[in-house]
Amino acid sequence: MAQPIPIPERMKRPPRPMPEQRPEERIKNFNEVPLGYSVEDAIYEAQRCLQCQKPTCVAGCPAEVNIPGFIQKIVEEDFAGAYLEILKTNSLPAVCGRVCPQEEQCQKTCVYAKKGKPIYIGKLERFVADWARKHNIRENPPQVKREQRVAVVGSGPAGFTCASDLARKGYRVTIFEALHKLGGVLMYGIPEFRLPKEIVDWEINKAKDLGIEMVTNFVVGLTKSVDELAEEFDAIFLANGAGAPKFMQIPGENLNDVCSANEFLTRSNLMKSYLFPEYDTPIKVGEKVAVIGAGNVAMDAARTALRLGAKEVHIVYRRTREEAPARAEEIVHAEEEGVIFDFLTLPVRILGDEKGNVTGMECIRMRLGEPDESGRRRPIPIENSNFIIKVDMVIDALGTMANPLVARSATGVRTNKWGYFEVDEKTCATSREGIFAGGDIIRGSATVISAIGDGKKAARAIDEYLSRGGSLRKSRKPAP
Amino acid sequence: MAKIISKNEIAPDIYSLLVQAPLIAAKARPGQFVILMVREKGERIPLTIADYDRERGTIRMVFEVVGKTTAMLSKLNEGDDLYSLVGPLGIPSEIKHYGTVTVVGGGIGVAPVYPIARELKRAGNRVIAIIGARSKKLLIMEEEMRSVSDELLVTTDDGSYGRKGFVTGPLAELLARGEKIDKIWAIGPAVMMKAVCEVTKPYGIETITSLNATMLDGTGMCGTCRVTVAGETKFACVDGPEFNGHHVDWVEFINRLARYKQQEKMAYELYKSRGDA
Ligand SMILES: Cc1cc2nc3c(=O)[nH]c(=O)nc-3n(C[C@H](O)[C@H](O)[C@H](O)COP(=O)(O)OP(=O)(O)OC[C@H]3O[C@@H](n4cnc5c(N)ncnc54)[C@H](O)[C@@H]3O)c2cc1C
Ligand SMILES: Cc1cc2nc3c(=O)[nH]c(=O)nc-3n(C[C@H](O)[C@H](O)[C@H](O)COP(=O)(O)OP(=O)(O)OC[C@H]3O[C@@H](n4cnc5c(N)ncnc54)[C@H](O)[C@@H]3O)c2cc1C
Ligand code: SF4
Ligand code: SF4
Ligand code: FES
Repeated sequence: MAQPIPIPERMKRPPRPMPEQRPEERIKNFNEVPLGYSVEDAIYEAQRCLQCQKPTCVAGCPAEVNIPGFIQKIVEEDFAGAYLEILKTNSLPAVCGRVCPQEEQCQKTCVYAKKGKPIYIGKLERFVADWARKHNIRENPPQVKREQRVAVVGSGPAGFTCASDLARKGYRVTIFEALHKLGGVLMYGIPEFRLPKEIVDWEINKAKDLGIEMVTNFVVGLTKSVDELAEEFDAIFLANGAGAPKFMQIPGENLNDVCSANEFLTRSNLMKSYLFPEYDTPIKVGEKVAVIGAGNVAMDAARTALRLGAKEVHIVYRRTREEAPARAEEIVHAEEEGVIFDFLTLPVRILGDEKGNVTGMECIRMRLGEPDESGRRRPIPIENSNFIIKVDMVIDALGTMANPLVARSATGVRTNKWGYFEVDEKTCATSREGIFAGGDIIRGSATVISAIGDGKKAARAIDEYLSRGGSLRKSRKPAP
Repeated sequence: MAKIISKNEIAPDIYSLLVQAPLIAAKARPGQFVILMVREKGERIPLTIADYDRERGTIRMVFEVVGKTTAMLSKLNEGDDLYSLVGPLGIPSEIKHYGTVTVVGGGIGVAPVYPIARELKRAGNRVIAIIGARSKKLLIMEEEMRSVSDELLVTTDDGSYGRKGFVTGPLAELLARGEKIDKIWAIGPAVMMKAVCEVTKPYGIETITSLNATMLDGTGMCGTCRVTVAGETKFACVDGPEFNGHHVDWVEFINRLARYKQQEKMAYELYKSRGDA
């Protein structure tokens, strides 16, 4: 067993980076970029943790992971114990360890952060989860059994977390998912080279150990309405995500080789088009591709395009690098792989030929003005600065919005002007008793960890609601 | 998963598939469709619900073998399971009493037109149906169509049965002789729907077409099914598939249908030469 090391020594130790595939190699494959810690790396990094009496890191984690607790178990080389410690509050450690914006969350509030070398909490979490998967460590099925039934709409991180937490408390939970595979954005959006689908599958399928029933190919709002589910279930959690793509609404956007990042990534990830024709769903990539936007989704689309064989990929963004919403790590990865960044550039028109193929994109240069409501400096077009980028494919990665299918079928559940469900911030309760909502469908596209946080809050509130005798089946139907 | 109850070849390369799908059968209405996958490595393809039996919990699809997925589908047999089946998707046809309606079905399009005609008839409309195919042996569902229409006109491109020519022929005559028609449904290949709209537009009769855009999820999540209708972008899967054909940008629609042609052709050729990989 590894020994704790003296405090001064811990504080002197430099953090341990994670080895990565080299850029020249990784753009030729879809394998994961960071390669993971060895046992030795993990212990070395874990030994740096000060085991603070008042761990400030935990406050930065919406999943309330007992960070010093699981790190101590790594030091003790009890990796299974570390895993079970994380699972107590977070059902998706292999996912979070990879895609949480740790630099904005737990690592930001770690006491070491001020010195610029926080403990690599995410990397340690990933190590523990990968070890558990390799050794098939499973959680015990819940001991208590309760009669009440809860329906969860959507199998993304919000729905999955709420379902797992409630199942652990003994409730009978059913997840309804529109697609043929579970996992939401984890499955269809985030690419293989950042989050291998095999890992998502394993992590999600653990839910079966908890006795959760999982129904795929079921579109709530069409196959059955929320109102119908309300007659069969005692409580409902709506976690259908914000899945509808936004477009620029500029001329030429319906040309053949213009698509949403959702389409491009769904083809590649969910349908595994990068293995076409072994898999049947086709995908097309241009020689010169422009991706519009600079969030995580844009980076994912750009890096996928490179791997599918594009010769030149541009990220076109109307502000500058400082305002780009993507994680710093993702921008660096994209840059290393050769993605070209065109900042302060706004597309105004996409050009095509008579067959509908893209031949170029007309843009205008921008400059930054005064800060707007969001605190970011407003981009202002520079007159007569129009120019054409020669591209043959355009991918819109402008974010997503609410899909109205679920809301339309839920009488008495209020939405705001963007179509997101209005909820009580503390409980995720909607305007209709017994119906709760969380994840991207209450705030627009955000993060995996905030969706998990909502799932946890909702599970607690649903438990409380059902424990005090509440039930949708018993409550009166709201007036339409 | 959904079990296949029966599969019949009703014309060369055209199959009728009856599938156990109680949840879908309970909700299905004319004009709606499903998305299915033949196998785990498969593609998600949309097919119209050509009929449904709420009591037996079954739905029927009629499809033509045009590529790899439909070829694989045609190889499945009674008792086999589809890998996945989801629906009913899309907005149902607006069925009500209009007076006299004309339904036009071309080729495989006769299948989706059938439940629409049946429900229009049930709603008290006088139904004039025009159905057509390339030749006699490719004409499908003639008897079913006859049973739900007051008048049935049949055309074949080669004249091997019924009137020689396209479905637009009898439709143009109907309109020219001053028949009072309140609404038209036209479903079939894109070029046929476009041609029908050109015929009906001068008369100002609303002409509903069902846009078989290429689709992926079918729930409004990807936007691959974008079409321009009356100058606005719509998603065929959730805003349609039916739209007033007079407002559809047909040139764009037909261009977009060909987006993956090369890849699809390659996959089909490969499949024909060595089976599914
Ligand atoms: C490409 C991409 C990259 C991202 N990268 C990161 C990252 O690195 N880090 C990070 O923290 N976040 C990232 N995000 C954001 C993050 O993935 C989301 O915030 C998170 O997944 C939201 O979770 P959710 O549970 O609310 O919804 P989702 O994950 O969207 O899941 C919703 C589920 O509900 C299903 N559904 C929808 N409608 C219905 C219906 N009518 N009936 C039944 N089921 C339905 C959907 O099919 C889906 O499976 C990324 C997002 C994308 C698109
Ligand atoms: C809402 C909707 C309802 C449909 N209903 C039916 C139906 O009831 N019966 C039926 O046979 N087909 C129907 N289709 C078309 C059907 O989805 C396609 O025939 C099928 O996807 C072809 O798959 P494949 O792999 O066999 O052929 P592919 O290899 O994908 O295509 C082969 C050829 O068909 C063309 N093609 C591909 N997709 C379509 C399409 N969506 N429309 C027209 N041409 C296409 C391709 O350009 C190519 O030339 C419907 C489509 C939609 C969107
Ligand atoms: S779940 Fe995310 S935020 Fe919480 S400790 Fe793990 S990496 Fe940090
Ligand atoms: S704040 Fe940092 S050092 Fe302290 S317990 Fe948390 S991870 Fe360890
Ligand atoms: S098929 Fe994806 S949005 Fe219509």
